[in-house]
Amino acid sequence: MTVTPERHAALAAYLRKHEGRDQLRFITCGSVDDGKSTLLGRLLYDTKLLFDDQLAALARDSKRHGTQGDALDFALLLDGLEAEREQGITIDVAYRFFGTDKRGFIVADCPGHEQYTRNMATGASTAELAVVLVDARKGVLTQTRRHTWICALFGIRHVVLAVNKMDLVDYDRSRFEAIAAEYTALAYALGIADATCIPLSALCGDNVTARSPRMPWYEGPSLLEHLETVRVERATGGTGFRLPVQWVNRPDHGFRGYAGTVAQGRIAVGAEIVALPGGRRSRIARIIGPDGDLEVAAAGQAVTLTLADELDIARGDVIADAAHPPQVADQFACRLLWMGDAPLLPGRPYWLKIGARTVGAQVTEIRHKIDVNTQAELAAKRLELNEVAQCNLSLDQPVAFEPYAENRTLGGFILIDRQSNATVAGGTLDFALRRAGNVHWQHIDVDKAARATIKGQKPCCLWFTGLSGSGKSTIANLVERRLHALGYHTYILDGDNVRHGLNRDLGFTDEDRVENIRRVAEVAKLMVDAGLIVLVSFISPFRSERRMARALFGEGEFLEVFVDTPLAECERRDPKGLYRRARAGQISNFTGIDSPYEAPEAPEITLRTVEAEAGALAQRLVERVLSFEPAHGREA
Amino acid sequence: MSIQTEALRLSQLDRLEAESIHILREVAAEFRNPVLLYSIGKDSSVLLHLLLKAFRPARPPIPLLHIDTTWKFREMIAFRDRRAAETGVDLRVHINEEGVRQGIGPFTHGATVHTDVMKTQALKQALDKYGFDAAIGGARRDEEKSRAKERIFSFRSAQHRWDPRNQRPELWNLYNARIRQGESVRVFPLSNWTELDVWLYIWREKIPVVPLYFAAERPVVERDGALIMVDDERMPLRPGETPMLKRVRFRTLGCYPLTGAIESAAETLEAVIEEMLTTRSSERQGRVIDHDPSASMERKKQEGYF
Repeated sequence: MTVTPERHAALAAYLRKHEGRDQLRFITCGSVDDGKSTLLGRLLYDTKLLFDDQLAALARDSKRHGTQGDALDFALLLDGLEAEREQGITIDVAYRFFGTDKRGFIVADCPGHEQYTRNMATGASTAELAVVLVDARKGVLTQTRRHTWICALFGIRHVVLAVNKMDLVDYDRSRFEAIAAEYTALAYALGIADATCIPLSALCGDNVTARSPRMPWYEGPSLLEHLETVRVERATGGTGFRLPVQWVNRPDHGFRGYAGTVAQGRIAVGAEIVALPGGRRSRIARIIGPDGDLEVAAAGQAVTLTLADELDIARGDVIADAAHPPQVADQFACRLLWMGDAPLLPGRPYWLKIGARTVGAQVTEIRHKIDVNTQAELAAKRLELNEVAQCNLSLDQPVAFEPYAENRTLGGFILIDRQSNATVAGGTLDFALRRAGNVHWQHIDVDKAARATIKGQKPCCLWFTGLSGSGKSTIANLVERRLHALGYHTYILDGDNVRHGLNRDLGFTDEDRVENIRRVAEVAKLMVDAGLIVLVSFISPFRSERRMARALFGEGEFLEVFVDTPLAECERRDPKGLYRRARAGQISNFTGIDSPYEAPEAPEITLRTVEAEAGALAQRLVERVLSFEPAHGREA
Repeated sequence: MSIQTEALRLSQLDRLEAESIHILREVAAEFRNPVLLYSIGKDSSVLLHLLLKAFRPARPPIPLLHIDTTWKFREMIAFRDRRAAETGVDLRVHINEEGVRQGIGPFTHGATVHTDVMKTQALKQALDKYGFDAAIGGARRDEEKSRAKERIFSFRSAQHRWDPRNQRPELWNLYNARIRQGESVRVFPLSNWTELDVWLYIWREKIPVVPLYFAAERPVVERDGALIMVDDERMPLRPGETPMLKRVRFRTLGCYPLTGAIESAAETLEAVIEEMLTTRSSERQGRVIDHDPSASMERKKQEGYF
C-alpha cells in the first residue's frame, strides 16, 4: 500500500491532534468493596478501549474467578496479580490508559485496604485529581477519610466523590445528598478547594459515561464528562527558575554540563544563576535540549546546562535564578505518612531523598499525629504503619527547598531505612525552622588534639554491647582498673548508673531506648573531645542506634566491643535476678525475652565470655587500646 | 490556572520523553554498574534513542546487553549489529551456552522451557556474570496486567525475584535506588507510554526499526491459529504444511517460532499507525508464551523474566 499525500497529511494532522491533546493523571480510591475496579473496568468498556482478545480473556476469567454470575466482572480487568484475583481484593496500584477525543487519561487504581495505604500513596503522589468512591449504603467510612487526608497531603486539589451502588438504595436522592454534604464538609476542612459529588452505579453504568435517566433529580455531569472538562492547574507556585542537578556530564575536559529536569520557571541563555547550597554565581552559557541547543528552557523539560564559569557543582545541588533563589535550610516542619513495617522512632537516623540529593536525617520531634477519622491531633512518641503526623525534621546538611504547596519537586521527600533500604515514609516540607540558625558553634582555641596531647594518650570510645548479664560491666571495670594503673585518663559510662541520673526520665520502650543511647553517645563524644578514654557499657540492643553513635566519632575513635554471651548463659548467671523476674512477667520490654537484641554485624572486637575468663578478655582489650598509642607514647 | 504564561507548552510526547530521560539519568547517577536490556524491538529502539539524548554530547555511560536466544529473526540480528555500529554504543551479547549444548529450542522443548532456559536463565547468568546492579527494560504498563502493577524502579532480590505483594512505595519521581550487595533493580523508563505513543514517537523522531514491523511477502505456515514465519531451515514442517507466501507483518518481535504474524498491507510507518488505530486486538496476542496459564506473565516475572 502506498501512502498518498492526502493520507500522509491526514496522519500528520492526527499526530498533531494527539500531541496537542491534554492528559489528565488521576487515581481512584476509597474503602474496600466500594467498587473502584468495577468502575474503571466500566469506563474502559464503555469508552471501547478493550481489544477483542482482552474481552475474550475477561469472559474466560469472569467464569473462573468472577463474582457476577455469567456477566462480565470488570474488576478482573484491573486486579492483575494472582493473589488479587484469588482473594478478590486490590493489593497494589494498577495503571491504566484510556482516552476520548477531548483528553487522554492515565488512571491509577488504588487499593482500599488500610494495610496497603502505602500503595495508595504511590498512586496519589503523581495524580492531579482523585476519584474517591463510597458505597451509597455505607456512606463516608474511616478509609474514605484516610484517603482524602492523603490526597490533601499530596496536594491533590480536585476530588470527585463518586457515590456508587446507587442502584442498591433505589436511586434515593436524600441518601446521596446526605453523603455529599458530609463529604463536602470534610474536603473543605482539609483544604481541598474543588470537591464534586456524583451519584452513580458502576455495575449498571448509571452516570458513568452518560447521564442516567434513573436519577433525573441529578443535574450535574456524568463522571466521564467531568473528567474530560475539569480544569486542573499544572504548575503552581513561583516562577523563579529551579533545576536540581541529576548528573554532571563531562565527556572530555572541554565540556562540563549539568543535566536535570527543570522543576520550576524558565531560563534563557545569558541569565544569571546561583548554585545552592554553595551560593556561587555564574551565567548560563548553553542550554542543550533533547534535540540540540535551545535559547530557553522551562518547567518540565529535561535539559543540560553549561555555565560561563567553572563552578564546583555536584549532583543534588540546585541551579536557580540568582534574583529569586529558593531558601536553604536543614531544619524543617513537615507532614509525614509513615509506611515502614517497624515504627518511626524520633532520633533514629534515616536517609532522606529530596530532588536529586540524599542526606542523613532524623525526625527530632513528632509534634502530633493525626486521627484521620476525626482530624484530632494526638500526642505520640512513635508512628506506626500508615499513621500520619506533623513532625520536625533535622538534616545533616542544608538543602535548597520550596514548601510543598509551592512546588512538589522541591518540597516532597522520602525517608529510606538505613538497614533494609526500604522506603519508609513520604513527606512534604511546610517551612524551615530557624532554630538551627540561631544556635551557633562557639569557637574554642584548645582543641581535642591539644587536650589529648597533654594527657599523653589517644582518646577513644570503647562501646560495649551485649545482653544483660553478658559481662559488659565486669570486663569494662577490669579494663579501666588496668588503664588507670598504667596512668591513663579514663571514664566508664554504665547503663544502670546513667539511668539513675541523666536518663532518670526514660523508660524501656523502643523510643526511650533510642533516646537513652543518643544522650549517652553525645556524652561519650564530649568526653572523647576532652581527651579521655571512655568505656560505654550499655546493652544498646539496636544496630541503628549503635551506628548513630559511631557516626558521632572520628575515624578509629569508636571501637564496638561485642560481649558475646549466649542468652541461656546470661540467664543462668542472672547476677541481678532480672531474667527470673522477666520470665515471671514482672518486667516487660526485657532485652532477649520480649524485646529484640540485634547482634553487631561487624564489631571491631568480639569477646566470647564462655571461651575465656574476664581477665584475659580485658587484657586483650587493653592491648588493643594501647596499640593506638602514638609512637612517642609511654611503655605499656 | 494557566497563569504559567512563562511555561512552554509541552505536548504529551514531550512530557513522556522528558520523564524517560529523567529516569535514565537517575539510573546512571545512582547505580554502580547499570545496563540497558536491548531486545531489538520497537520499544528498545525508542529506549536507545532516549539514551543517546539523555547524555548528549557524551556517549551514554550505560552499555547495552542483548540476550540472544539463538532463535531471533535473522533480520533482527542484522538490525542489532547495524545500529550498534551506527550509534557507537557498547553492545554486549549473551547466549546461554549450556542451553545451546543441551540443544534447547522451542520446537524440541516447547515455548515454556525454551523461554525459561534461553531467556530468563540466560538473563540471570548475564546479570551475575557482569555484576549489573540495575537493568533497564522497555516494558510498558499498558502491555499486560501484571506489568500495569509494576513500579518504575522495581526491586529484585539477590535471587532476581520480584515480590509483587511487597513492592517499595514509589512517590513522585523520587526513585529509591538503595540496594545491598547482590540485589538489583529493574528500571522501566517507558512505564507510562502506550503502544500508540511509542509509534507516534518513532514517527516524529524518525527512529529506525526492524523492517519486520512492515508488511511484505513472507513465507509462513498457519499453526495452532497463529501465522509462524519460516525464517530458517531449523523449523520442522508438520505433515501437510507447506510455507505459503503471505503479506504479513509483526506487531511485536521475539523468537520467530513463538511470534505470530498478522496479515496486513501496511508497508509504511504511517500505514502501521493507521492500522493500529483501527485494530481490535492487543499487541501481545501474537505472543505464544502469554497464552500459558492466565497469570503466566506474573509468574515468569517473579522468576526473573523481563
